[in-house]
Amino acid sequence: MDEISKYGFLLMNLTSRDFVVKYRRSILGIIWSVLNPILMMLLLNAVFSHIFRGDIDNFPLYLLSGQLIFNFFSDATSSALFSIVEAASLIKKVYVPKYIFPTEKVIFAFVNTVFTLIALILIMIITCARFSAVMFLAIIPLILLFIFTVGVSLLLSSFSVFLHDIKHLHSVVLTAWLYITPIFYSEKMLGETSWIYLIVRVNPLTWYITYFRDTMIYGAMPTVTQNLVCAGYAIGSFVLGAAVFKKLQDRFILYL
Amino acid sequence: MDDIVIECKEVSCVFNMSTEKVDSLKEYVLKIIKRELMFKEFLALDDITFSVRKGETVGIIGLNGAGKSTLLKIIAGILKPTKGAVTIKGSVSPLIELGAGFDSELTGRENIYLNGALLGYSKEFLNNVYDQIVEFSELGNFIDVPVKNYSSGMYARLGFSIATIVKPQILIIDEVLAVGDFLFQEKCEKKIDELMSGETTVIMVSHSIEQIKRICKRAIWLNNGRIAADGDVTEVCEQYIHSV
Repeated sequence: MDEISKYGFLLMNLTSRDFVVKYRRSILGIIWSVLNPILMMLLLNAVFSHIFRGDIDNFPLYLLSGQLIFNFFSDATSSALFSIVEAASLIKKVYVPKYIFPTEKVIFAFVNTVFTLIALILIMIITCARFSAVMFLAIIPLILLFIFTVGVSLLLSSFSVFLHDIKHLHSVVLTAWLYITPIFYSEKMLGETSWIYLIVRVNPLTWYITYFRDTMIYGAMPTVTQNLVCAGYAIGSFVLGAAVFKKLQDRFILYL
Repeated sequence: MDDIVIECKEVSCVFNMSTEKVDSLKEYVLKIIKRELMFKEFLALDDITFSVRKGETVGIIGLNGAGKSTLLKIIAGILKPTKGAVTIKGSVSPLIELGAGFDSELTGRENIYLNGALLGYSKEFLNNVYDQIVEFSELGNFIDVPVKNYSSGMYARLGFSIATIVKPQILIIDEVLAVGDFLFQEKCEKKIDELMSGETTVIMVSHSIEQIKRICKRAIWLNNGRIAADGDVTEVCEQYIHSV
């Protein structure tokens, strides 16, 4: 318990540091966290609405909810990727548990996602979407996604210490991942026999996005399968990430 | 003995000295093909065994590359030894590099909290000692200015003030005894004397034999990763000076 409160305070400080640094010189400051996803949504909506509008109800909302989940994953892993390398000067001088650094980046991305959630609720009000009590269950996929992302971040940040190339590979993988995630299309459009449909179905982010949309937008109760698959991916990723990180962390300092 | 606070048992530390640092896969493959990748092993510390009792002041001396800083890092918990074990009893405060955790975009005030958190202090504690830190650093109104605009002296003063706010049970010093102008240097020395008074155990590395003799009662001479001598500070320093 002592350790949790001690490093909890450190995590809080590092997160607020990232916030201050991100918005220090901008006039609108923190408002950007809400404005940015809405602007991105409007942009994507302008591009894709002609192609898909007929097939998806309330396309802006559909887009924004998909973006929210994917951007969290993408932002968190991208900034966690080099979190250990960036903290090199610290790791060499002071003893701090090293998992703090990637974890903090995921927390920071999560805080940003909460602002996107505000944007999402604004769009729901504007588009006269249906509000239901099931909405509150949307916290479940967010928490499971958080755990899933911490696992991936631990894995990536420890590998990147030894191999800087991961940075280049990561951006390619993220772009590919974007296309196999139903953000601006619906998986129903793919045809159940195509191989791409299979990939989309296996994609963990598809599961988190669907769970999130079902509860947040459609007011549908989550199924047992949804809960099990999302939790399974989260636990699997976390256990793998933590195990690899633990095994490699003592050698970080020799490569920093 | 019950009052042993630091115990190093057969500590060895091996570094992989690949001739160059390999950062990318391409380089790595190229080097394997060209057979340039050499894994020279470098023994930074070789079978170091010693123990330090509570309240002892120990100076570590030796030439550059003898393993002094590696030993300090192992005692501070930053580096894990390849072999052997180190047991520490009590709180350790490393004065290894001042202001290592500063973020240049943040103000002095924000950095006090960030750096304090890195050193493991709680929020309540930092609230209590905040005024003391600012006063000691003599930064005055500059405390609300981003530290990127600080002079190097101001930067070091703030780092020193944060690092020395707690009287630790074990103090580790790596040649950062005095910073700033001579007035502040005097203040630093007084502060360190205060930290070292009483029951504090001190481990310090310095190239200044004078300083070691003034502060420490016991000295350990490291030579190429091995303990060459360990004992009374005057004797060990004599041997060391004669050997060079």
